[in-house]
Amino acid sequence: MSANLTPRAKFATTLLRTAAALSRATGRGDGSVIGGRVGLIVEPRLLELLAEGRHVVLISGTNGKTTTTRFTTAAIEAIGKVATNSFGANMPTGHTTALAKAPKAEYAALECDEHYLGQLLDAASPKVVALLNLSRDQLDRAMEVTALAAKWRQTLQTSAGQSTIVANADDPLIVWAASVCQRVVWVAAGQSWTADSAICPNCGSHLDRFGEFWRCTNCGLNRPSPQWSVAQEGEAVVGPDGRRYELNLQLPGRVNRANAATALAVASLFGVDPAQAAPRLSEVASVAGRYAKVEREGRQLRLLLAKNPAGWLESFDMIEPHPPVVLSLNAREVDGFDTSWIYDVDFTSLAGRKVVVTGDRRTDLAVRLEVDGVDFIVVDDIRAAIAAVPPGPVEVVANYTAFQDIRAEFNRVN
Amino acid sequence: MSTLRIVWLYPDLLSTYGDRGNLLVLAHRARARGIDVEPMQVRSDQRVPHTADMYLIGGGEDGPQAVAADRLLQDGALNRAAEAGKPILAICAGYQLLGSSFYANGRAYEGLNILDLRSDRGPSRAVGEIAGDAAPQLGIGQITGFENHGGRTHLGEAVQPLARVTAGIGNDGTTEGAWAGHVIGTYMHGPGLARNPRLADLLLAWAVGVDPSQLPPIDDTWPERLRAERFGALAAAQ
Repeated sequence: MSANLTPRAKFATTLLRTAAALSRATGRGDGSVIGGRVGLIVEPRLLELLAEGRHVVLISGTNGKTTTTRFTTAAIEAIGKVATNSFGANMPTGHTTALAKAPKAEYAALECDEHYLGQLLDAASPKVVALLNLSRDQLDRAMEVTALAAKWRQTLQTSAGQSTIVANADDPLIVWAASVCQRVVWVAAGQSWTADSAICPNCGSHLDRFGEFWRCTNCGLNRPSPQWSVAQEGEAVVGPDGRRYELNLQLPGRVNRANAATALAVASLFGVDPAQAAPRLSEVASVAGRYAKVEREGRQLRLLLAKNPAGWLESFDMIEPHPPVVLSLNAREVDGFDTSWIYDVDFTSLAGRKVVVTGDRRTDLAVRLEVDGVDFIVVDDIRAAIAAVPPGPVEVVANYTAFQDIRAEFNRVN
Repeated sequence: MSTLRIVWLYPDLLSTYGDRGNLLVLAHRARARGIDVEPMQVRSDQRVPHTADMYLIGGGEDGPQAVAADRLLQDGALNRAAEAGKPILAICAGYQLLGSSFYANGRAYEGLNILDLRSDRGPSRAVGEIAGDAAPQLGIGQITGFENHGGRTHLGEAVQPLARVTAGIGNDGTTEGAWAGHVIGTYMHGPGLARNPRLADLLLAWAVGVDPSQLPPIDDTWPERLRAERFGALAAAQ
């Protein structure tokens, strides 16, 4: 930790904090990215030096990594201080800043962009790596998903020798990638999107599925027996010894119970008693604006962030059955310029509700909903959307920059 | 008329990013004209029915593309459907494998020889909006879509380009897609028909054996607004 830092690394850390503070003070953001960039220019090994001597967990996957990182942080805080990149800056600059800001934290829970997993394995020598799921996401700017799984598999084989992997037994791409590792703890975290794993990532043959079980008809790749799972009945996680840990989450949906199961599995590897950790997860009310509840003119909005087909389908699973739904779609650089993926989302479950669409690409959504036979109205922005629905609860689903625009309207609610 | 049977080929292999959209758009536009539709998803381990009225094949990665071509060659039904004049819409990787050869996994593979064309690798990946003026004989005006592919396609004598490119790359930076008879191939990936309702109607008209002008008009306010937006965005960027 920081006591052992070289003078150069200490200097880099000071500059990093100054740059981040300046960025915040001038309203440019939370400063994680610029701070980390400055620090890494002064000391290219800064991330590695700051991670040294700490117990680190990396959390990666297409969906749920910010929430799972928050849950994991809450769980491990039962036994000590945790450094974490809670603002969603999930590349090495953000990791460096998170560690620099918490020099005394013995633990670190780092959300990691899927494409930086290898770099972080090398730099942070994590004790635990949690792998959640892989599905199609922003195809115009990212890798095709099977290629990404193959890259993970190779990276894990060469760089994860000292780590224990906590991996989703329900996602064939994750299982294939993680199965090269010596120590794997399997979690039945579910798979809401199966279209990217119709065929075996290992050999290309068909996967047979029976309920939650799956296996390759050719090479034998199959679902490992999970040690951790989400309880079939009620809201609970079942641990390796069959013991039940009750959840009382504020965050909605089965997918968040699965994120909780992963967080408890990770925390127990750090020596946290799951019975002590589980109640801490229910204190999480929102995560960087996700699931936040805000009020405006008698409308109670719940904000849901969903960036890709799997995320939108998970959102539709979470929302209450009757309130109006606002959908907002952008296609700026970080969203991906290509809106084709909205045709991978089935919107028919929204039929019969009041549906309002907005965002830069609201016309794309309008065409999409018309094809699915869902009635809708189109408005210019979130203010107009609020005016278009009656007072009462409202569910808002938005992709990345659309979500940030809406958050900005509510003072960047966390 | 009786039910229109639309086969979506190999969604297990070739469905990378919204490819289902073309099937949904065709079904929506047919039903709006009172035509019943039976969508048929055919997996790569199933026989391809040769009795369907239309065939769709989507885009995908190199590995699945090569597997799909191999299985379609062995199956033979898609070639027979083409010979019988059934409409076929092929997207991206699916488009390439209708030619004589295509390039995947670092080598050339034999295609289905349904369209007179061959594909190889380009100097860079073509990613972004694509637009063009469609072949006048098709009567569909301008096309608009999104492309994302590493291949380049060289057209032979027996096919016509689907369009002259006005933005994007398409086959080679000058032409986009190809057509011959009732077979259309294009790099407009995913749900290309959502932005090109006249192309969707052309395929439907071919499938039911009428002239496109005989299809009753439907309300295209939203698709037309989307087209205007996408052309406007390209004009603003140029």
